Amino acid sequence: MPDILETLLPVFGSAVSAGFPSPADDYIESRIDMNEYLIQHKEATFFLRVQGDSMNQLGILDGDLLVVDRSIPVEVGNIVIAAIDGEFTVKQFALSEGNPILKAANPAYKDISIDPDGDLEIWGVVRWAIHKLWP
Amino acid sequence: MAVTRPSIALVDCNNFYVSCERVFNPKLNNKPVLVLSNNDGCVIARSQEVKDLGIKMGVPWFKIQTLVKHHNIVVFSSNYTLYADMSNRVMQIISHFSPNQEIYSIDECFLDLTGFQHLNLIDHGQRIRATIKQFVGLPVCVGIGASKTQAKLANHLAKKRPAFEGVCDFNTLEPEGLDRLFSEIEVGEVWGVGSRTKKRLAELSIHTVLDLKKSSPKVLRKQFSVVMERTVRELNGESCIPLEEVAPPKEQLICSRSFGAPVFSLIDLTQAVITYTTRAAEKLRQQKSVAALVYVFIETNRFKVNEPQYNNGLLVPLPEPGNDTRLLVGAALTGLKRIYKPGFAYKKAGIMLNDLSCADAKQKGLFEDAELQAHSKSLMQAIDKINGIMGSGTIKFTGEGLKKRWQAKAERKTPAYTTRIDEIPIAYAIG
Repeated sequence: MPDILETLLPVFGSAVSAGFPSPADDYIESRIDMNEYLIQHKEATFFLRVQGDSMNQLGILDGDLLVVDRSIPVEVGNIVIAAIDGEFTVKQFALSEGNPILKAANPAYKDISIDPDGDLEIWGVVRWAIHKLWP
Repeated sequence: MAVTRPSIALVDCNNFYVSCERVFNPKLNNKPVLVLSNNDGCVIARSQEVKDLGIKMGVPWFKIQTLVKHHNIVVFSSNYTLYADMSNRVMQIISHFSPNQEIYSIDECFLDLTGFQHLNLIDHGQRIRATIKQFVGLPVCVGIGASKTQAKLANHLAKKRPAFEGVCDFNTLEPEGLDRLFSEIEVGEVWGVGSRTKKRLAELSIHTVLDLKKSSPKVLRKQFSVVMERTVRELNGESCIPLEEVAPPKEQLICSRSFGAPVFSLIDLTQAVITYTTRAAEKLRQQKSVAALVYVFIETNRFKVNEPQYNNGLLVPLPEPGNDTRLLVGAALTGLKRIYKPGFAYKKAGIMLNDLSCADAKQKGLFEDAELQAHSKSLMQAIDKINGIMGSGTIKFTGEGLKKRWQAKAERKTPAYTTRIDEIPIAYAIG
């Protein structure tokens, strides 16, 4: 008869769940994070608040929250924050006969031409306008 | 194989506080701007235009009021909330340029670029400048050398001499060229050489940086200290002060302020002490430490010589080292009640947390209740988290008071443009 080796087995004092493991365990993903979605370059992103109606026709309304990214180069068609005479203004960057201009999205306002020597600085590109619908 | 010389960079923001204000007020560009210290006491940051007017760092505000009016200087109270956020952004951006970074102060950091010498480091420095300028709108200068002391000096030149266009790399210069440059700079510009050391060096006929560089480290060690010896070696391109990538935890934490107006009552002093203790306790938990002693002090205005004077402080030991705000506040207030004397016009109060140690390594106390401890820890974590997300002071102890009569003056403070949603800048859509 072979020797039977005595082995000490630990006794677990806790209950063992005999049910099925959650079928969703393999599918868990992290919840949607709006910061991640709205902000691509967090060091270069700033928030501004719209005041006025000159961008109405592009859906940028009075009181909207703008997510502004300073790290991306400005392209034609972008909505930008421009510092005009030291004040932040939201406009669309466009070309008129090859010359850069700033346009409003409301026929009541005139275009502003960008004088290369003037006191006008493109401060950042607007990536999002967040519009609040429920108080 | 030749050993490559280290390349250490110092990136430093130009007129940092003023530049932060300008990012959100483009009107201030090219105008004289200055920022006042806490309580609007004295000048702590100046734009180039203000420097050119001869206004020195640290001058009391009341002494320059006529100059300010005459030259239309724009004056701000310090907005540390804004400066701290802008600083964090700058440091984050810079960290992409080298894995080895030491944040040296709110507006400067060292970078080890030794592994990047296959790149043209002057171009690399220009990229750092351009990126920071574009991302956050702040101007910086980059100084590069074989040691931290050289990097500091190179940064000074990058700032002062337009020919460098904001980046100066000593490692690209021939030894003779470097010596010539050093002979043109006075020794007081060297990192660690203060005005008193400068006087003593002058007695030894050491006037320029070159004089100091050529001095014998051994002799200076005898005359001064081992620090001076290191400085000389560092000027000679020998790196002696390593980069400290992780700031060592502070061994004591102080929180004190001068009041906006004199304070007489124990109630007002109590509010101030609770506020300062709460702030210090937050910092204590941030660096994961516990304190064993709380020192509380109150002072009258010693500059008002005709008024009765009273200064006192008291060290209060805690039953067990801890970082629970309630525990620290309790100790601080016990101390305050003991030292408070009615009838004096108090100018300043503060607290100091002493004998700090690592919270994890803390020995379990004899009378410690584990459950209470766990409760205290989670409560403090919850408060810190809420205040972190919703803004500091969202949850606070009512003893702090809601109206703070004693609070420091900050009459010209700009909004917290980047940290409070109701204070973000306006983008006008009216033209």
